[in-house]
Amino acid sequence: MMSGRVIETRKATKHYVMGDLVVKALRGVDLTVTRGEFVAIMGASGSGKSTLLNVIGCLDEPTSGTYLLDGVDTSHFTRDEYAEVRNQQIGFVFQTFNLLPRTTALDNVELPLFYDRSGRFPDPKAAAVASLERVGLGDRMHHDPSELSGGERQRVALARALVNNPSIILADEPTGNLDSRTSVDVMSVFQELNEQGITILLVTHEPEIAQYAKRIVVMRDGIIVSDRQVWDRRSAARDLESMPSADEPVELEAQRE
Amino acid sequence: MLWPKRLLTIAFKGLLKNRMRSLLTTLGVIIGVASVIVMVGIGAGAQADVESQISSLGSNMIMVFPGASRHGGASGGAGSYNRLTLDDVDAIREEAVLLSAVSGAVRTGAQVVGGTGDWNTSVMGVSPEYPSIRAWTIQSGEFFDERAVRSRAKVAVLGATVVDELFPNDDPVGQQIRINKTPFRVVGTLKAKGASSFGRDEDDTILVPVTTGLYRLSGGQYINMMFASARSLDESDAAIEEITGILRREHRLNPGEDDDFRIRSQAEFIEMATETQQVMTLLLGAVAAVSLIVGGIGIMNIMLVSVTERTREIGIRLAVGARSSDILIQFLTESVVLSLLGGTIGVALAYVLTTILNSAVGMTPLVNPGIVASAFGFAAAIGVFFGYYPARKAAMLNPIDALRYE
Ligand SMILES: Nc1ncnc2c1ncn2[C@@H]1O[C@H](COP(=O)(O)OP(=O)(O)OP(=O)(O)O)[C@@H](O)[C@H]1O
Ligand SMILES: [Mg+2]
Repeated sequence: MMSGRVIETRKATKHYVMGDLVVKALRGVDLTVTRGEFVAIMGASGSGKSTLLNVIGCLDEPTSGTYLLDGVDTSHFTRDEYAEVRNQQIGFVFQTFNLLPRTTALDNVELPLFYDRSGRFPDPKAAAVASLERVGLGDRMHHDPSELSGGERQRVALARALVNNPSIILADEPTGNLDSRTSVDVMSVFQELNEQGITILLVTHEPEIAQYAKRIVVMRDGIIVSDRQVWDRRSAARDLESMPSADEPVELEAQRE
Repeated sequence: MLWPKRLLTIAFKGLLKNRMRSLLTTLGVIIGVASVIVMVGIGAGAQADVESQISSLGSNMIMVFPGASRHGGASGGAGSYNRLTLDDVDAIREEAVLLSAVSGAVRTGAQVVGGTGDWNTSVMGVSPEYPSIRAWTIQSGEFFDERAVRSRAKVAVLGATVVDELFPNDDPVGQQIRINKTPFRVVGTLKAKGASSFGRDEDDTILVPVTTGLYRLSGGQYINMMFASARSLDESDAAIEEITGILRREHRLNPGEDDDFRIRSQAEFIEMATETQQVMTLLLGAVAAVSLIVGGIGIMNIMLVSVTERTREIGIRLAVGARSSDILIQFLTESVVLSLLGGTIGVALAYVLTTILNSAVGMTPLVNPGIVASAFGFAAAIGVFFGYYPARKAAMLNPIDALRYE
């Protein structure tokens, strides 16, 4: 923490054994991320981006190599300690949202607090409401995921990732299932959170989305092949203003009826 | 450990979210528990019923019938030759020490006229000891005495059914009736034994002195059978031997010759009936146990499907920081809540069913607390086991694998 290195992987590998075949998803990844960074991870399909993010998110363990989270070596962590890290330090956002069905946005966001043992949240409901308001969904709290648009669902997932005040947010293709305008909209929320000091790692296929990050890491065949700062960084909030509003055609149709 | 209140909240939310599945799961428990309780209750009730019917037959009763007990050679079957007489009865009355009472019995069908109608019934000639042997009580008037027997008096004691048929409105005691045209005076009535054992209406009877029955009504010299009471149920077998000895001597049977009479005792009936009833209770219990097991398989099926179908949910929970133990306890709590709920409803349903059976069909199932407890416990155990086992499998998964599960 003192060094400012929140994430540090050293020669991290991940092998999947499938019968006789060994799939080497990660083949020695060295990645260091300091506090307050906004990293976009890019690369072809199958290059190991998700695998890396899962290792960083303590959802999966590396086969070899070390992973230091906040300067702490995680290799000897127990299952419960991994759970604790996921609960306290990391917020995860998935491409497929992974919200509980038939469960309101509010209850979904409150979920991580059920498993909070730190006692930091005496009023989980209030924390969940605050988190939803933070992503601009204060008025949709009592809707089920099935009643929300894709962008709104991803905001709920973001609110859930944020509710425990994590220092790191990991997002695996959070805009993969969204149209371009909604993608930019969601990216504006990420940028805002990053402004507030949260470290963000985001996997994406789209170069335009990566332009909202501060740093771009490119992977190929399980290793990092390129790592550079973004010099022409864009602001999602500003881009959003110049984009045509998604509501307009709908309004026209409504008038015609 | 998480707060129990939070665990319960998580479990209840899970259950309410899947109302239909929860209902189906509990249905298995409900049906299983209720059927075991009711079925075993019916068996136990029937057994108690038969036992009380048998004891209403009389007190430590022994019956002696004429005829060979074994069908050897030329014997033409039970009762084909009549070899019991009132002398036999007198001999037993004088000599037997293990008997508290003995009575001959002569049975004739008769047309009875009197009071407001006429009625076809069976008339039994018996001794004054008869009511004590057969556990009859006098409703009104009195039973005839030894003098009436000696004088072949034309007096009668009416069973409750006969009273209802002939004297629905007034007291028959002191009234005149005609049995097969012979006038008799009613001296007493019998207290009703109620719905009769083994399908026969025992109250549909008239009792007269045994001599009157023998010489005035049936006109023979042989009696149909003998009733006796052993001093106690334990002495029943010894009393039977005593009677056998006396009768063989009276009938001048040589050693090695077969008895020309048969003896049955109430103790024997009780034994037989208890045995059949136990078999029946066992059968009913087995049927019910099968239904409980089928119910258990239903629970198991739904639990397995439910946990498999919720693997993604488990993955999501693990991803946001739930520990394996949190997941286990969640599913365990859900299972326990469901099983207890199902068990409770099952017990309530069993209560309703037994009440209905009682009032509508007239059965009186005996609900045994032990059976209630074990049916309840068994169902709960099935619910817990089959909820716990697959949940454990899912909880031990890597979060990513659980999330990827399709
Ligand atoms: N559970 C698994 N079992 C076996 N092989 C796996 C597993 N997960 C990933 N892989 C393999 O590891 C490699 C890297 O997968 P990964 O999901 O990290 O790729 P990715 O870069 O995220 O691709 P995409 O852009 O398509 O999401 C792939 O070849 C994949 O087939
Ligand atoms: Mg991926």
